[in-house]
Amino acid sequence: MSFDSLARRSEPMLYFDTLPFTPGRAHIAPIMPAPPKQSTVLDARAFDRTLRRMADEIVELNNGIEGLVIVGIQRRGVQLAAQIVSTIAEREGVEVPQGALDITLYRDDLQTVGPRPLVGQTRIPVDIDGRHIIIVDDVLYTGRTIRAALDELADFGRPRRIGLAVLIDRGGRELPIQPDIVGKKISLEASQRVDVLVQELDGGNAAIIAEREAT
Amino acid sequence: MTLSLGKDLLGLEPLSAEQIRLILDTAEPFKEISERAIKKVPTLRGATVVNLFFEASTRTRVSFEFAEKRLSADSVNVAASGSSVSKGETLVDTARNLEAMRIDMVVIRHGASGAARFLADRIESNVINAGDGTHEHPTQGLLDMLTLRDRFKRLEGLKVCIVGDVLHSRVARSNIWGLTKMGAEVAVCGPRSLLPNAIDELGVTVFNRVEEAIEWADALNILRLQLERMTAGYIPSLREYNRVFGVSRERLERAKRNILILHPGPMNRGVEIDSDVADGPFSVILNQVTNGVAIRMAVLYLLSGGRPELAEAAKHAGGER
Repeated sequence: MSFDSLARRSEPMLYFDTLPFTPGRAHIAPIMPAPPKQSTVLDARAFDRTLRRMADEIVELNNGIEGLVIVGIQRRGVQLAAQIVSTIAEREGVEVPQGALDITLYRDDLQTVGPRPLVGQTRIPVDIDGRHIIIVDDVLYTGRTIRAALDELADFGRPRRIGLAVLIDRGGRELPIQPDIVGKKISLEASQRVDVLVQELDGGNAAIIAEREAT
Repeated sequence: MTLSLGKDLLGLEPLSAEQIRLILDTAEPFKEISERAIKKVPTLRGATVVNLFFEASTRTRVSFEFAEKRLSADSVNVAASGSSVSKGETLVDTARNLEAMRIDMVVIRHGASGAARFLADRIESNVINAGDGTHEHPTQGLLDMLTLRDRFKRLEGLKVCIVGDVLHSRVARSNIWGLTKMGAEVAVCGPRSLLPNAIDELGVTVFNRVEEAIEWADALNILRLQLERMTAGYIPSLREYNRVFGVSRERLERAKRNILILHPGPMNRGVEIDSDVADGPFSVILNQVTNGVAIRMAVLYLLSGGRPELAEAAKHAGGER
């Protein structure tokens, strides 16, 4: 057995695939395994593959790279956007403009949250009028972040079109917002959380399901 | 637990280094908003801010007003002249009447040291000190630190000398408190008559000659002579002051290195600062003004957080009302 396959096997497996639960037969089922604390949705390789496919789909959606601007949402959307931009550069030989958006000041729950959340940097390097903007975020959940991002972009100009690319769509929308490009679609309970880890901030690429800490 | 500033910003003396760093770091992203085509974010929509100015001010009042408007707050300016203050109303009555109209924040400038604290203890709205007598001018201290940090990328170990009328200067006090907390070395320089007694107890070096200060410093923060606050003859004449303490290009050139020049304004060219220094390549006086809006946006944003609990706590702790 090679070292590589050993390494892969030691990774946690997807929780839903391993659950030996059969409805109605719980009384004869063997001892139920305690639900694992976390499970992996995308490991480093799947993460990379997914992101490359998303980059291709973005170019396809835009029918080339003309007028394309990739804008990542702080925090981890920014690193995903950077990886997508470098994939597009490999494929097309052109670096498309890349921006960062921090939506904190546009949140609809600022009047109710306690101490002020930290504000990150917003950076839109080009005039966005008439461009095709692709918003990139790590996880799409209620849609409220994207609502805020759309409002913020409107303060910078009037793009020809705004599209949305997300690595994980976990369902649970509270607003009529849908992505154009999805890395992986999963369905999670409100008690669960999906964390996207990126190389630049977390030391490696992955998407992991975790239980929310009791509050 | 997330760091917060509490209900009011009354000075830099009561703040910790972490809280000062929080304000400076928060101001960074706010700089970008003023560069946009539409210089406005919806963050403080529905919040009402009263700018209560009992003393003359252009820069600070306009800066606060821009900060409020760029955060989408509704703001009202009250100047002492032309208000019921001139009819004999007390500060607390003025503020309580404003509060009865459901305001959220008060920005106050007042000639009496401690006026902001006095008000903060008596009303539930957030109070921001925009200068009280000769006590503190915290947002000016913060924007000075932000401007220094922009240039030097650090505050720790930086040598900053405050030159001029330190005695009457709230800017000097906020700078001394803020900079020393952030690990900078602070000195003051000016005629003995315009340096407070026992100023060295605040942990600052005292220079009697401006040449020594220039020799020592990385940056000079040059202050105006506050003639309106001078009740006696502190200096022989403005010309004499300029000859001995004025910051001129000749004096700076003798140092043989670049010294950053700050001035909180208003400037008196030819008195404390010469024109070729004020407009020179190492002057960041206009950067200070630009940073002022970002700092005030950061302070308004940070103070507006977590109001309900704080107002509740203030009610129980107060007892005054």
